[in-house]
Amino acid sequence: MSPVPAPDPLDDPFGRTGRRSRILAGTWRREGARGVAVALVSTVVVCVVLGILIVNAPGWPRVREFFFNWGELEDSMPQIAEKFLVNVEAFAIAEAVVLVLGLGIAILRSLPGPVFFPIRALAILWVDVFRGMPTILVIALLVFGVPALEFEGVPIDPLFWGIVAIVLVYSAYVAEVYRAGIESVHPSQDAAARSLGLSRLGSLRHVVVPQAVRRVVPPLLNDFIGLQKDTALLGVGGAVEAFRQAQIDQAAAYNMTPFVALALVFIAITIPLTRFTDWLVARERGRRQATGLL
Amino acid sequence: MSAIRLEGVSKRFGELEVLREIDLEVGEHEVVCLIGASGSGKSTLLRCVNLLEEVDAGRVYLRGQEITAPGVDRDAVRRRIGIVFQSFNLFPHMTVLRNVTLGPTRVLGIPRARAEEEARALLERFGLADKATQYPERLSGGQQQRVAIVRAVAMRPEALLLDEVTSALDPELVGEILDVIRELAAGGMTMLIATHEMGFAREIASRVCFLHEGAILEQGPPAAIFGAPREERTQQFLQRIVSSGRL
Repeated sequence: MSPVPAPDPLDDPFGRTGRRSRILAGTWRREGARGVAVALVSTVVVCVVLGILIVNAPGWPRVREFFFNWGELEDSMPQIAEKFLVNVEAFAIAEAVVLVLGLGIAILRSLPGPVFFPIRALAILWVDVFRGMPTILVIALLVFGVPALEFEGVPIDPLFWGIVAIVLVYSAYVAEVYRAGIESVHPSQDAAARSLGLSRLGSLRHVVVPQAVRRVVPPLLNDFIGLQKDTALLGVGGAVEAFRQAQIDQAAAYNMTPFVALALVFIAITIPLTRFTDWLVARERGRRQATGLL
Repeated sequence: MSAIRLEGVSKRFGELEVLREIDLEVGEHEVVCLIGASGSGKSTLLRCVNLLEEVDAGRVYLRGQEITAPGVDRDAVRRRIGIVFQSFNLFPHMTVLRNVTLGPTRVLGIPRARAEEEARALLERFGLADKATQYPERLSGGQQQRVAIVRAVAMRPEALLLDEVTSALDPELVGEILDVIRELAAGGMTMLIATHEMGFAREIASRVCFLHEGAILEQGPPAAIFGAPREERTQQFLQRIVSSGRL
């Protein structure tokens, strides 16, 4: 930042822009520091009190043995981390497909006019059906239902159908996010594009969708955090991923610590994405304020 | 053959009759100004000419071809007619250069290098050479509107529609836009202009049309319309303009 020259008091005899605002800023900073200190101390106090309460609970020795067993953690962590790669693979594939499929559904749903009614109806049906069902149910139906049809050449792998189920559910959510973005672009943008002779699809492709996508990146990432956690449901269908592995370890050792281990792994992978989303939201707000759009 | 001709064009939005039986001709290289109060139908008339609105009745001809006929390719018609909007409507996610070259490259199929060369020449001509790589939000309103005009002109339109292009601008920025329009008129561009700038209309128009409640009440050379209007409504409208100090 370039140094700001000290304002001449004669330019500003009432000190509105210079002195007073500096004093205000100083007060605010002092009060801010006090506020942070109060919050910090009270948080620490609450945590310590909670900790003491829990440690002195009658069942604490057993809970510590069953949930926070260091030996169990050390034993189960390598296998769980290894199987977590299955989850990573699953959400990487699912997110890539959802990104494209969701946009496709949103565009189909935004096509105007009576000609496109059947296509619109289909897109609406897709969203209604797959957003209306619990993810675990869609996984169960596909994993157990499709292989039972015994079609030639159709995979029977529970991981495959589990990922398909997650794609169906999340493409419905993401389509709605995209649609909100498309509708938030002012109609005058479409009018300007059409007035150049661009077709309806050309206008969507070059003018409307690029602006819409920029606006929906934060909510999109939010849905992806949900998707990543939901890969734990793949184990329900019989695919051996991290959650299923944790269940196996838990049953074998009769100890809950593997679940705690898995929780740590999930948190470790979702927190960076959460922070990244927050950062994007803050940046977008800053930019809008800078251009006076807010 | 006239560049643009409207025959009995009517348009309604629900119960509201916005245009009633409009007959209007714009000759080649002619500049016609539409004047009238807000809500008199000037904007809708322009939007009907480049088919952003469908007419309910009547016909619109572009160089003798009826463009409102069923089966006419609307997109093909729009690339022949340019329009500039009151609120600029630049594409905020594209640089100035890309705003100008989008139509020529994507619609006319001109190779990108050549389109950019032509766009830079146009930007240069309208004093925007140094803005080519900027994004619209960094420009003043006057600069944005000049870019919007360049964007329309880059399509080499057969006619240009201007929809109150100075109404959203600060008063001190109006002049630069009017200069651009003067230059286009001097270059022989056929234009249909909806405007509140009466002095400008008087100066540049070969013909002025006064719209009142969706109908053309009176039209003629600017000297006649502004000097000796026949219709009482026209007199009242101009009287209000004069008393508000805008003429």
